[in-house]
Amino acid sequence: MSVRAEPAAMRPPSRWSLAALAHDRNAVGLLFLLPAAAFLLVFLTYPLGLGVWLGFTDTRIGRAGVYVGLENYELLWDDSIFWLSVFNTILYTTVASLLKFGLGLWLALLLNGRLPFKAFFRAIVLLPWVVPTVLSAIAFWWIYDAQFSIISWALMRLGIIDAPINFLGDATNARASVIAANVWRGVPFVAISLLAGLQTIPPSLHEAATLDGATPWQRFRHITLPMLSPIIAVVMTFSVLFTFTDFQLIYVLTRGGPLNATHLMATLSFQRAIPGGQLGEGAAIAVAMIPFLLAAILFSYFGLQRRRWQQGGQD
Amino acid sequence: MTTTNEQLPLGREPVVGDEGGMAYLERLPRRIAVVYLPLAVFVFVLLFPFYWMAITAVKPNAQLTDYTNYSPFWVVDPTLDHIRYLLFETSYPGWLLNTMVVAVASTFLSLVTSVFAAYAIERLRFAGSRFVGLAIFLAYLVPPSILFIPLALMVFKFGIYDTKLALIFTYPTFLVPFCTWLLMGYFRSIPFELEECALIDGASRWQILLKVLLPLSVPGLISAGIFAFTLSWNEFIYALTFIASSENKTVPVGVLTELVRSDVYEWGSLMAGALIGSLPVVILYSFFVEHYVSSMTGAVKE
Repeated sequence: MSVRAEPAAMRPPSRWSLAALAHDRNAVGLLFLLPAAAFLLVFLTYPLGLGVWLGFTDTRIGRAGVYVGLENYELLWDDSIFWLSVFNTILYTTVASLLKFGLGLWLALLLNGRLPFKAFFRAIVLLPWVVPTVLSAIAFWWIYDAQFSIISWALMRLGIIDAPINFLGDATNARASVIAANVWRGVPFVAISLLAGLQTIPPSLHEAATLDGATPWQRFRHITLPMLSPIIAVVMTFSVLFTFTDFQLIYVLTRGGPLNATHLMATLSFQRAIPGGQLGEGAAIAVAMIPFLLAAILFSYFGLQRRRWQQGGQD
Repeated sequence: MTTTNEQLPLGREPVVGDEGGMAYLERLPRRIAVVYLPLAVFVFVLLFPFYWMAITAVKPNAQLTDYTNYSPFWVVDPTLDHIRYLLFETSYPGWLLNTMVVAVASTFLSLVTSVFAAYAIERLRFAGSRFVGLAIFLAYLVPPSILFIPLALMVFKFGIYDTKLALIFTYPTFLVPFCTWLLMGYFRSIPFELEECALIDGASRWQILLKVLLPLSVPGLISAGIFAFTLSWNEFIYALTFIASSENKTVPVGVLTELVRSDVYEWGSLMAGALIGSLPVVILYSFFVEHYVSSMTGAVKE
């Protein structure tokens, strides 16, 4: 990135005068960076380290802990609820992300076509992503009500089922329900991001392929998908990251129940640490999420690299 | 790198003008089956919860659970009782005010620090700026669900537990990386030459930032600002952990912890609370849809 060397003659004679300092790229740069850097070091980097340290202590609310080595992790290793939460998290993330990707891509392709009121559609499609998750989750809670669910009512009226569905009371139903609510909220993000990517694909490629006799599926498979793959990698990494660390939706809808069937690692960590008071154990669960997150970030990083390469840039 | 990135928005223009491409080749019945019908289903499913929220908020209690005499999809004699209850008999207005204060303060704090940081990283190019840029991106990826436990300890030690300050200081942990990252991308699209002209005319870096770069970045600042505001308005886990007393709660936490009572669910006022709590961000969003979309896609594209 064109680093412009200033001609030596233009440099002020004394390097350490205040005026010289004001023109020194490094000094001004560090000065400008200082507020953000100091803030992030205190409120992000330090707590991240503190969290890892807490995982090795038996800290409780109101009592400073001592170093206990790997005891928290040994406890978790033998804790079937912890392993259930790991399984739930992976299941939740995998199923929700795949659905979000499939439906999001479909919606993006629909919105990318010739449509009347396109801007309007794009605007309302994003709404679920804009409103606070907790508040829309409360609406889902009412939609999933065991007795008065509108879905059950509609299905009963159509004669498909006889009794109301127990959406959140049964393990399998509860898992499906929270995944559906998560997908509902996540699809707009994926769709609008992918739509932005779709709009950068020149239509001339599709026109040329059509002239050569390519079918719509071939055009999708060999033009749209490859051109879109860099942005898919990044969008899906973000999506996986946010789904994996999800907390709000589960906390509102099920609080981990029934019988811990929907407990995610984040909700279990909260439950053990704040209401349960076992800060050390909660921190250990949170730390156990880090390897998965690192894997997602590395994935994102290589996605970015490929994108730059495709743009013809070097760095 | 500079040139490709600068050309990206420009290169997109003709594509947007040519939207639809070869869609005219498709016939109407086919278009209805493969485009309009799926789109209608998508829009219905995505908007239905809002409709349900709104209709429940104005339903009298008698109709709320009586599906035999009244159609659940419509309301006879809409009532404002739930909203009146919410506004005059609960702490809801206070929660709205708290959320507003916290969101505005943390957004302002994050924007100011992010402008300087983004300018330093993107334009001053000091030694190690690329490394710092990467670190900012990684900071953006650190989720609140692994930070809230240590942050709770820190908030307690600083003596700001159960105050708005606890939220104003912790929300920037996700806002600053996001805003910096977004503004870096925006600054990159502003031509270097403007800055060089100002340098030659004897402007200091401070003057350049204030009088050249910032006036040109107003759309970027709006994007970052409204997005940061929305993120802090929607935040939940920090507010749930760091706030204990009812009068300091934010809307999402207040609605969930104070309006939900274990014995009987008052769905009408719950839905009214969810609806009114969503309105500020929805109104903001409706005014700035384009900025919103650009900040969302900008954050993932770079």
